[in-house]
Amino acid sequence: MNDIPRVLKIVEVRMENPMVKTYIFKGNLGAKPGQFVNVWMPRVDEKPFSVAYCDDKEFWLTIAAVGPFTKKLHKDFVKGSKLGVRGPYGNGYTVLKNKHIVLLAGGYGAAPLYFLAHESVKNGCKVEFIVGAKNKDLLLYTEMISKMENVSLHIATDDGSVGMKGYNTLILEKLLAEQNGSSDGHGIAELFVATCGPEVMMKSAMDICEKADVPIEVSIERYMKCGTGVCGNCCVDGLGVPVCKKGPVMRGEMARKISGLAKWHRDNVGLKINW
Amino acid sequence: MNMTINFCGVTFPNPTVLASGILGVVGDSLKNVVINGAGGVTSKSVWLTRHDGHPGPVMMGTQNFYINAVGLPDGGIEKAREELKKYMEWNESQPEEKQVPLIGNIVAGSIKDFAEIAKGMRQIGPDIIEVNISCPNVEDEFGRPFAHCAISAGAATEIVKKNAGKIPVIVKLSPNVGNIGEIAKACEASGAEGLTVANTFGPGMVIDIDTAEPILANKVGGVSGPGIKPLAVKKVWDTASAVKIPIIGMGGVMTGRDVIEFMMAGASLVGIGAGVYYRGVEVFSSVVAEIEEWMVENKVANLQNIVGKALKK
Repeated sequence: MNDIPRVLKIVEVRMENPMVKTYIFKGNLGAKPGQFVNVWMPRVDEKPFSVAYCDDKEFWLTIAAVGPFTKKLHKDFVKGSKLGVRGPYGNGYTVLKNKHIVLLAGGYGAAPLYFLAHESVKNGCKVEFIVGAKNKDLLLYTEMISKMENVSLHIATDDGSVGMKGYNTLILEKLLAEQNGSSDGHGIAELFVATCGPEVMMKSAMDICEKADVPIEVSIERYMKCGTGVCGNCCVDGLGVPVCKKGPVMRGEMARKISGLAKWHRDNVGLKINW
Repeated sequence: MNMTINFCGVTFPNPTVLASGILGVVGDSLKNVVINGAGGVTSKSVWLTRHDGHPGPVMMGTQNFYINAVGLPDGGIEKAREELKKYMEWNESQPEEKQVPLIGNIVAGSIKDFAEIAKGMRQIGPDIIEVNISCPNVEDEFGRPFAHCAISAGAATEIVKKNAGKIPVIVKLSPNVGNIGEIAKACEASGAEGLTVANTFGPGMVIDIDTAEPILANKVGGVSGPGIKPLAVKKVWDTASAVKIPIIGMGGVMTGRDVIEFMMAGASLVGIGAGVYYRGVEVFSSVVAEIEEWMVENKVANLQNIVGKALKK
């Protein structure tokens, strides 16, 4: 047992879009898709980030500049800079074998689901990868996804600048409906959905899947501090469990028991904030 | 076989208590701890108003120790009212033998604020009020001014007691004092009905040698976990030797045998905090099963009878 941060060098920084960079580290983190790490910036703070890719030689963290920590990261941390990393934490998505799966990503959610797509394809799965964003410039990972074998990319943007205009959940609904009548040997009973993105989007995906009787896994985001189920800041109402330990990935049936799902989360002192 | 403990007139179904500061941000997380077997739960330290705590890292551990400097983040008394009431309502809906007492922990930076927060907690109405005069993480103070001085500790106790109505008041001491018995006596003389022994040791520090930086954002933090157990057992022993009021002992408790050890040193109840890190929230049911096993092996019919057994010899 050791949860002291290991200081690692950033070996490469990749620009994904105007808001997002990927930081690549060397080493065997041993993370599964859906797990996260705590990143320590000495004298500043420590924040959790999901793992966007991991093998036995390297791992990626894809990070958007949205708050003081991530803005400082984008500005001051370059190839060769050092950061502390501890983890991986949390449980991760189920990686299936030889199944037909649908991945539904909203915004930054494309990063961890890219990792899941990668591992699922390795396991013989056929993947429908739906990516949604506000506009063309904020799409994430779509170029890499489009080059993956056995993966079909579906894009939705709010403004219609690329792909379908509207919510990505419409594509999910359509795919499930098509699959319902299909005779490709992968009937709807074989389907499995994994989603990551805004909670309101994931909640609609849960509703769609419940109606279609298709299992779904969602990734719940809460204000995490310790990553080890001790501090209690990420505990969800209803279930009372820490998301850092019993999540972040939950089956739809479990996530449904969170009171205030898609309505509120909590800040650093536990006060409720509406999504 | 009887594992129930009477502490300050309150019945606990077993001697394990969730220590303050672990989980407890959300009322339902206390419920989850009880479902996992705890005999008592303690809230996080509640302030009158919002208190932000420290940036991260706020806590981390190895197999030997745990260290934290969370800085007592809290949303204030109104948030506590909503969350603790939620737990209390759920608890009251349970069959009587399954009900698990709530200890409301309060903290303040001045005697005047201790009066106000005590009033606020009294209105919420937990089974016991625990006064935190010893957190080593608040601003730069190292448990001062209250827990390190008999006069201040007594003054904080007295003002809380005065404002707590009929709710029993217990005081959480700092182990980082020369003579814990002296502070304990001052609290007892000022009306404390029980003591919690003790808060974390230290402060300690962990330095990353690749960057030459202390890792905790607060640089220093309170030390807990397996390594401090013998130190904590001695603090309980010293306190139990000095006062007649009952004690919640804690510090590095991982197993049922650890609980028995603390009880033999003089603790009636035993807190588990870092144990949640080492064995998950399931630590409570595991520890209770281990106590039961020990009781059967040693033909102990009533657990409360072992309190102070080593001390009285």
